[in-house]
Amino acid sequence: METFVQTLVSGILIGGLYAIIGIGMTLIMGVLNIINLAHGQILMLSMYITWVLWTYFGIDPYIAIFITIPIVFFIAEGISKFLLHPLMGKDSILPENQVLMTVGIGMVLVELARVIFSSDYKSVQTSYTNKSWYLGTISFNTPLTIAFIISIIMTVGLFLFLTKTDTGRSVRATAQDKSAAALMGISTGKITVLTYGLGSALDAAAGSLLLPIYYLYPDVGPLFTVKAFVITILGGLGSTVGAIFGGLILGLAETFGATYISMGYRDAIGLIIFLLVLVFFPGGLKRFTKV
Amino acid sequence: MKKYLLLEKREWIILGGAALAPWIFGFSPYFQGLLILVLMWVVLGNSWNLLAGYTGQVSFGHAAFFGIGAYAAAIPYHHFKISPWWGLLTGGLAAVILGYFLGKLVFRLRGPYFALGTLASGEILRLLFGEEEWLTNGHNGILYMTTFISKIPYYYLILFIAMGSLVAVKVIMKSKLGFYFLSIREDQEAAEALGIDTTKYKNIALAISSFFAGLAGAFYMIYMGFVDPEVVFALHNISILTILVGIIGGVGTIWGPAVGALIMVFIQELFRSSFFGVGPQWVSQLHSLVFGALVVVMILYLAGGVVGDWDIIRKKFGKKRVEGQG
Amino acid sequence: MSILKIDNLTKRFGGLTAVDHVSLEVNEGEILGLIGPNGSGKTTIFNLINSYYPVSSGTITFNGHDITHMPTNRIAKLGIGRTFQVVKPLKRLSVIENIMVGAFAREKTFSGARKVATEVLEFCHLDGVAKMKAGSLPIAGRKRLEIAKALATRPLLLLLDETAAGLNPTELVQAISIIKNIRTELGITIVIVEHIMRVIMTISDRIHAIAQGATIAEGTPAEVSVDPATIAAYLGSDFKAENRPDA
Repeated sequence: METFVQTLVSGILIGGLYAIIGIGMTLIMGVLNIINLAHGQILMLSMYITWVLWTYFGIDPYIAIFITIPIVFFIAEGISKFLLHPLMGKDSILPENQVLMTVGIGMVLVELARVIFSSDYKSVQTSYTNKSWYLGTISFNTPLTIAFIISIIMTVGLFLFLTKTDTGRSVRATAQDKSAAALMGISTGKITVLTYGLGSALDAAAGSLLLPIYYLYPDVGPLFTVKAFVITILGGLGSTVGAIFGGLILGLAETFGATYISMGYRDAIGLIIFLLVLVFFPGGLKRFTKV
Repeated sequence: MKKYLLLEKREWIILGGAALAPWIFGFSPYFQGLLILVLMWVVLGNSWNLLAGYTGQVSFGHAAFFGIGAYAAAIPYHHFKISPWWGLLTGGLAAVILGYFLGKLVFRLRGPYFALGTLASGEILRLLFGEEEWLTNGHNGILYMTTFISKIPYYYLILFIAMGSLVAVKVIMKSKLGFYFLSIREDQEAAEALGIDTTKYKNIALAISSFFAGLAGAFYMIYMGFVDPEVVFALHNISILTILVGIIGGVGTIWGPAVGALIMVFIQELFRSSFFGVGPQWVSQLHSLVFGALVVVMILYLAGGVVGDWDIIRKKFGKKRVEGQG
Repeated sequence: MSILKIDNLTKRFGGLTAVDHVSLEVNEGEILGLIGPNGSGKTTIFNLINSYYPVSSGTITFNGHDITHMPTNRIAKLGIGRTFQVVKPLKRLSVIENIMVGAFAREKTFSGARKVATEVLEFCHLDGVAKMKAGSLPIAGRKRLEIAKALATRPLLLLLDETAAGLNPTELVQAISIIKNIRTELGITIVIVEHIMRVIMTISDRIHAIAQGATIAEGTPAEVSVDPATIAAYLGSDFKAENRPDA
């Protein structure tokens, strides 16, 4: 029983972090209508920035968030503006051209990281890295708890942005119906470019939060890209609220899988659930089967 | 154009050149190894191109078929000492069987979601083959002393397979099957209204495609004498690279994957060897980066690939020459 | 002899009933015009006949086969060809290749399909643009290509969905003559949906009028055009405008 509760707690904590990764991906999916297969690589980028800030400037990863978010936001804006946006409406044999572009971008990011930082594993050893706090006999990993709380704050902040500000409302309108939004006078092109930056910024936050917990190496990127799309599909169905559930489901599935099945299958669990959803709930995914 | 036994004259010349190629540079095994690599990628590229480029079903999980083909050759050897050469028969077959079941799953999905479904399938297989040690020997992989020391036999074997895949695609695309594949790519609803059972034909495309990918996988085992799930089921180094080979060369063109494979191996080797030893050492780090950047530039400016957009490329260079004269 | 028999056909989308207990019969060799205001369910009926949408209730019988729940491709194989209101050319294929895709429904070989396609090309006056990519055809050509693709499958029954919309007067005359020839020369039965009254009233042997998904009138063009229900639902507002000589 104790193992069970412990697993549950760990799953929910990591799930919170997954949720903001998923929300970022969902935003991009909703507005750009693409699957961002560079999402994990952008997270990786943020992790490396955080690592540099810690190693060379002694900046704490939680403070680093305030630096990684703007940096990643601007890089993502550039990617969106110069690489993804020009492909819109361009005729190509494969309609997935933009998705393939994100694959190319992801590859460049990973290889860039490999050239600069080599393939070595890196981590940051902060004073709290291995700390835990206890509630009864149940332990809560301290950095994971902090990450969870910051994730919640970011999520609430995002929802306020999306519901209370004009720009946020324009993002939602564009996600719902691009042509209608354009008719209402929203500059959908600008919103599209902006959203990629926004989604990536959430990703950046997750990267900084993840660094005290996770090992860092270039191939962390593709690993988290897979996680991101699993989250999005599982709970998301294109909705931001769903992405929170998707994140929690994946977090729980992974920790329970690792505890009760096998550590080696931890990363497979999400994928298997993903495929099971396809097989047993084709109706639930109907939205997706029509492009 | 005049045809001799399925191929045009030009294509026979290329084939003849390929047959003589390993003798260039005085039997250099290094050079022969590169050629073998190119041809292996031609097979994978053709396989992917038939499904994605011609039928419009963009697979992000071709490593699944490549890997299963490699293991179809390796597992019987590991357990029963059955020669991996039988993989040339079983590899393609195992991949077709896998494709049959995967097709039931992923053809429920369209567009980007199909891509994700195939990606997930490939990744699951990678993890599965890594974990199920009783069957696959897990991450230790399966080792086998290769039959020949010389690379020549392997070269002609893979040349034969590569030509086979090229001719197969060429013949198919001139037949009813090919027209049906194209119509599915262009508009599934219109295809159905014209009496085309799109699910059936998608599965046929997948079967042919997975057969060649599996065959390439079996060849890999025979040639390298080693399989490891992280290598043969690799998301990046197999599945994604296959797609990139297709894009660079030209999606939905007969010679696209071959050109793409040549460019990919050439660029990677050019940088890996620091411009064949004349450049500074650090250049060797850039091999994948340069290729990735090339893909980005290609999608942006030449989405049809080198073969697909050949006219545009030629025009650009032709124009430059005229300007230079003036 | 009826070739197509629709019995109490109903289609609901959520709470909306798009087609409401429609029954109709199409006789072999005739041209039946299906008319009704925008959104009255004409295209939906087509989409139900070729199983593009699943039927909510009712049956559809074609040439002795119950096709109510048959998949689209098998219905096409049985001999129902259709065109789409929003044309669906196979863009990156040439015009003749487009038609060959249709021809392969009955032909096994490349040369066989090519022969059929060449005949159809001529029939639809597309021989001048045979090698052109379908995606770059002007609208009139695309509309004719829709017909050509369907014809190449050698249908017994052809469903034409607004194949004359958006054409200029010269193109319109050509389209009308092609449609007429399909019946007289090829002996194919036709159900036609058309907004342009002049076209449908001159082409059709019989008219079936629907409004809000239900049948309101049936009969010869002359009968239907004076039917009070039809005039109220449809012709009353549109007839005059649409019937202008330049329309």
